[in-house]
Amino acid sequence: ITGHVFPPSAGMSVGAPRGLASSGQKLITEILHPLSAAEEPLSPGQDEPGLTNGTPVEISSAASASVLLSRLQLDCEPEANAHVTFGSGEPRDLFVTVDDPKKHVSTMETYITYRVSTKTTRIEFDLPEYSVRRRYQDFDWLRIKLEDSQPTHLVPPLPEKFVMKGVVDRFSEEFVDTRMKALDKFLKRVADHPVLSFNPHLNAFLTAKDLNKRQGLALLTKVGESVKNVAGGYKLRARPAEFSAMGEYLDTFSQKLGTIDRISQRILREQSEYLTELREYGAVYSTWAASEEQLQRPLEGVAGCVTTSCGALEDLSDNMSQDFLPVLREYVLYIESMKRVLRKRDQVQAEYEGRLEAAVLRKQEDRTPIPVEVEKCQDKVECFNADLKADWERWQRNKRQDFKQLLTGMADKNINYYEKSQAAWESLITLLQEKQTEDKTSETN
Amino acid sequence: RMAEDVKEESVASNDESDRAASDGSLSNTMLTEGSCLLRRMEICVAEAEKRSGKNAVSMQETYTVYLVETRPMDAIAEGRNPPPDSLWRRYSEFELLRNYLIVTYPYIVVPPLPEKRAEFVWHKLSADNMDPDFVERRRIGLENFLLRVASHPVLSNNEMLYQFLTKEHGWKEMVYETGFQTKADSRLRALSATFRVRNYNSFSLLQRVADRLYAVYKVHGNYGRVFSEWSAIEKEMGDGLQSAGHHMDAYAASVDDILEEEEHYADQLKEYLSYAEALRAVCRKHELSQFELEMASQDLISKKQQREELATGIVHTFSLKGMTNKLFGQEAPEQREAKLNLLEELIAEGEETVKEKTAECDEHAEKAWADIVRFKDQKDKDLKEAFINYALMQISMCKKGIQVWSNAKECFLKM
Repeated sequence: ITGHVFPPSAGMSVGAPRGLASSGQKLITEILHPLSAAEEPLSPGQDEPGLTNGTPVEISSAASASVLLSRLQLDCEPEANAHVTFGSGEPRDLFVTVDDPKKHVSTMETYITYRVSTKTTRIEFDLPEYSVRRRYQDFDWLRIKLEDSQPTHLVPPLPEKFVMKGVVDRFSEEFVDTRMKALDKFLKRVADHPVLSFNPHLNAFLTAKDLNKRQGLALLTKVGESVKNVAGGYKLRARPAEFSAMGEYLDTFSQKLGTIDRISQRILREQSEYLTELREYGAVYSTWAASEEQLQRPLEGVAGCVTTSCGALEDLSDNMSQDFLPVLREYVLYIESMKRVLRKRDQVQAEYEGRLEAAVLRKQEDRTPIPVEVEKCQDKVECFNADLKADWERWQRNKRQDFKQLLTGMADKNINYYEKSQAAWESLITLLQEKQTEDKTSETN
Repeated sequence: RMAEDVKEESVASNDESDRAASDGSLSNTMLTEGSCLLRRMEICVAEAEKRSGKNAVSMQETYTVYLVETRPMDAIAEGRNPPPDSLWRRYSEFELLRNYLIVTYPYIVVPPLPEKRAEFVWHKLSADNMDPDFVERRRIGLENFLLRVASHPVLSNNEMLYQFLTKEHGWKEMVYETGFQTKADSRLRALSATFRVRNYNSFSLLQRVADRLYAVYKVHGNYGRVFSEWSAIEKEMGDGLQSAGHHMDAYAASVDDILEEEEHYADQLKEYLSYAEALRAVCRKHELSQFELEMASQDLISKKQQREELATGIVHTFSLKGMTNKLFGQEAPEQREAKLNLLEELIAEGEETVKEKTAECDEHAEKAWADIVRFKDQKDKDLKEAFINYALMQISMCKKGIQVWSNAKECFLKM
């Protein structure tokens, strides 16, 4: 594999899918084809209550592996490829969904799994549909694998891994639901990415009955180290302006999102206090109604309207905390991911510059030609820059869509709240005005 | 039919709408009364002014005076537009008039005055009697008071009321000269003071609700600022964000108008709370009369019993007198004679008293009942209107909210 950015061992893991197959013990060539007699075909409708060491299926025959590799080689081809197949609105051939959370209780631990459903027409997948169950750990595994095997690309963020026990209920419906939505978004973003979506780790994640992570973890530590070794010790001279601008943008954007988060939380607090008082206020009308005759129905009407408004306000607040804030926070994580990629890019460039400088000096001294490795470094830098630019553009486009959706959603929820409240008060007016004409006619009679 | 005629005539500072006028005057719901002062005279409290002067203990003080304007109804009906007669009155003079009416008509539910002190202020740092909003609300309350009194079938005929409206100087002295204060029942006044304190809690709830609503709206203003800052680093999204930010500012600002209207509603509720207190006073007064009647009756009964015992020598009830009589012998016949005669006089007086008190009780019960019924009808009508207006206000608030968020949504869609 030439001209690639991958550190050697990562390249190895890509070329040896065997490490990702379910059982891990068999050779690739020994893994049965899913359509052979002994296998039971999978369907998305099947829900296994637990993770079973089921029949090993899917994953690449040797033929598939080479297709994957050649696909990966296209990495450094200019943006053209990426744009053409994965611009917004292009036909997609890989669809993923995360849903159906279930609690698992074992002697060791309790945890939640989610159903991951896949529909695809890609030849890298042996079946058109898959359905597996995964837990958060598995998603984290995937993210780490992706980051390490594709360091030039921006990997979408995952929701927070650790939550303070006692402060947040990890098994509450709200928490699980929020997390599930974030996991779904993560997976969809990966599936939409022109490069990441072809990563064999993703393939394994989506298809394997049982992810064997131990091998993966071992590889992980190796990979991590090698990245550090390669890039350590070089100082960057001149960062191209466009990447500096990206960095500055990310810093400011992150700051603004933080501010919006704080404002939203404040609004939630105020709304909650308002709700408390409003409920008490409504109750006063009910109590008052009990001691009145003519005014009983109007008073109960007012109490009813206040109650309806309370319910609508509660819905609004719930939506803010469950849909709005999590997405906001996820973007902050996304920004951190992007910054990490920018830093890696800087490191790669620094390494190249350092080596080049050293090589030039040596050449001046003893006419040693500039080694090939230095040219390879230059390639690395150029590839990285190209990948990053392409990803940046995509990221900006997606960001715009995501925020458009998020903010219009917020506006819609507020509109709903007022609409519900207005409807309640309008029906009260009708009631009261009917009563008025009733009273008037009874007076004149 | 009389009700229709009265309705035709407009009163100053009203509009022609069917609901209560926006400044809070209740004239439309009140003009269905029969013959009353309001038919002959147009009344309003037009203005308020600050004055300074020396008070009773020669200390400099600042106070507010209110301009009471009156115009004869017949002149208006004839199409002439005479300038109003007017005089200035302080709050304390209104108070004096009301106390006078309460004492003079103990069985009438006398309309309430607005708050004496600015106790319930919305979003102001201090409860200031000089605050222009408070003064304005008070002006409205004082006008409502006069309109209610002047349209009451009984109260409107009162001479002191007429003088209050027409005679600027010397009115206070006139009122004191009636000696009404001697009739005032101190117990009743003490009771009304505790009533006020108890109901503060209900209104602090209303205020808390308003405060919370205020906070929710105002915090949204922060979105305006941050969207503006964010738009500076965006290319395509910038304009949309910036405009949306302006709408968030507008949203935050809209709460001030909303709260002003809610404050007005709160005033109406408070007015009826005070009014209900006046009703309670009438009931208590009636209870007091009944109590006095019972006492008089008991007294009469016991005197009659004493007479019987003296006359027959038979003691039916245990009494020290009876025992000592048994032990130490009865008195001389002349003494007994004198006692009997005295008793007869007292009994005769007692019977008169009981007759008077009974008649008084019955008459007042009848009057009070009539006025209570009138008051209840008035209250039901007024409060229903108030609730309708409150609902309209809520609807308006919802519509504004929908408008602002729809505008913001448009901006977001253009991002």
